[in-house]
Amino acid sequence: MEIHVEGLCKAYGGRPVLTGLSAVFRPGITCVAAPSGTGKTTLLRLLLGLERPDGGIIRGADCRWAAVFQEDRLLENLSAAGNLRFALGEVPGEAGELLARLGLDPSDSRPVRAWSGGMRRRLALARALLAPAEALALDEPFTGLDGENRARCVELIRERGGGRPVLLATHDLTGLEDAPVVRLGEK
Amino acid sequence: MAPKLRPWSVALWLLAWQGGSVALAAAYPHGGLLLASPVQAALRLLELLPSSAFWRAVGNSSLRIFGGFLLSCALALLLASLAAGRPWLRDLLGPPVAVVKAVPVASFIILALVWLDAEALSLFISALMVFPPVYLNVLEGLRQTDPKLLELARVYRIPFRRRVWGVYLPQVLPYFRSAASLALGLCWKAGAAAEVIGLPEGTIGERLYTAKVYYQTPDLFAWTAVILVLSAVFERLFLAAVDGLAGKAGA
Repeated sequence: MEIHVEGLCKAYGGRPVLTGLSAVFRPGITCVAAPSGTGKTTLLRLLLGLERPDGGIIRGADCRWAAVFQEDRLLENLSAAGNLRFALGEVPGEAGELLARLGLDPSDSRPVRAWSGGMRRRLALARALLAPAEALALDEPFTGLDGENRARCVELIRERGGGRPVLLATHDLTGLEDAPVVRLGEK
Repeated sequence: MAPKLRPWSVALWLLAWQGGSVALAAAYPHGGLLLASPVQAALRLLELLPSSAFWRAVGNSSLRIFGGFLLSCALALLLASLAAGRPWLRDLLGPPVAVVKAVPVASFIILALVWLDAEALSLFISALMVFPPVYLNVLEGLRQTDPKLLELARVYRIPFRRRVWGVYLPQVLPYFRSAASLALGLCWKAGAAAEVIGLPEGTIGERLYTAKVYYQTPDLFAWTAVILVLSAVFERLFLAAVDGLAGKAGA
């Protein structure tokens, strides 16, 4: 499947954020690169259907998505398993292995409010990667991660992202140099 | 937060009460009628405890007052859930809720006596007193629900039931708990007052009224103590159930 956007426009309070963006997102990773405040999150929110564009066309985005948002958006008083169960309905059989590969302890029953920022970010990513989604929207998924954890995450996104569009908004393309890039905020 | 009751402080006030009662009894020929002592009240309560009439009165009043509380909680939860996303319903319910909050309970009791029979009075009045705090608190809890978690639920297509369990309940339960704690005290006060005025047969209110008519102040204090104990027991049990639910919902 492919997702097409043509002439996409969005402004907040009269300030244009996206002005006539056109792009195609094919299966595999596509990086959405831009400095902060230049529309990465806005583009993902439009594709996820959380906001309406002021102009332009979006095709192919009416599918089942999973996302890592700018914030972790975890249920603070639940454990990792509880958070997965909430979002996915059950803890998938492969969750243990995936969490372990992300450097998380699958048997950790502490509420996630006790976790570090990096651990929470990796759990948010695990939740998205485990979801039965046709497309992934990952908004700065490496925030707060050190080099080693970032590399693990990139590897897993590559492994599990194949066959479906993965939109990865980031300002740092380290380890993703081979992926197509849609640059925002450039004249 | 309510100040903690210290045993020494309670003992001191009981002693003062005992002293006041003894002093009144000594000062006036029938001074003992004005203020029964805590010992007299306790002895009277011990006399009442074995009688079936006592337990029938406790059962009748509890059933109606706590029943009114439960019915009102259910209605308040339902209407707050509906009103949270419907501003017109919030506006529609605003005036009656404000009226129930502001009007003295005695006015409602007398009005309700015209409409209802005495048996249903305490149920209706306790329900009426419970509705505003529970409705308003639950509404506020729903208003504070994290929109980011709701977006997450939308993107992940989380079914409504799981959304209620994971997002709404943990947000609303602390608000509901605090309202229920307040409302449980209110409904016993208002419910007992309604029974004293409406005089339904075989209730605590009827016993309080009889105590007043015959100047049986030990009875008055004994039954008042019963109301306090019932109120505290129902509050503990109900809040424990809410806490259990909150624990399961991750609140």
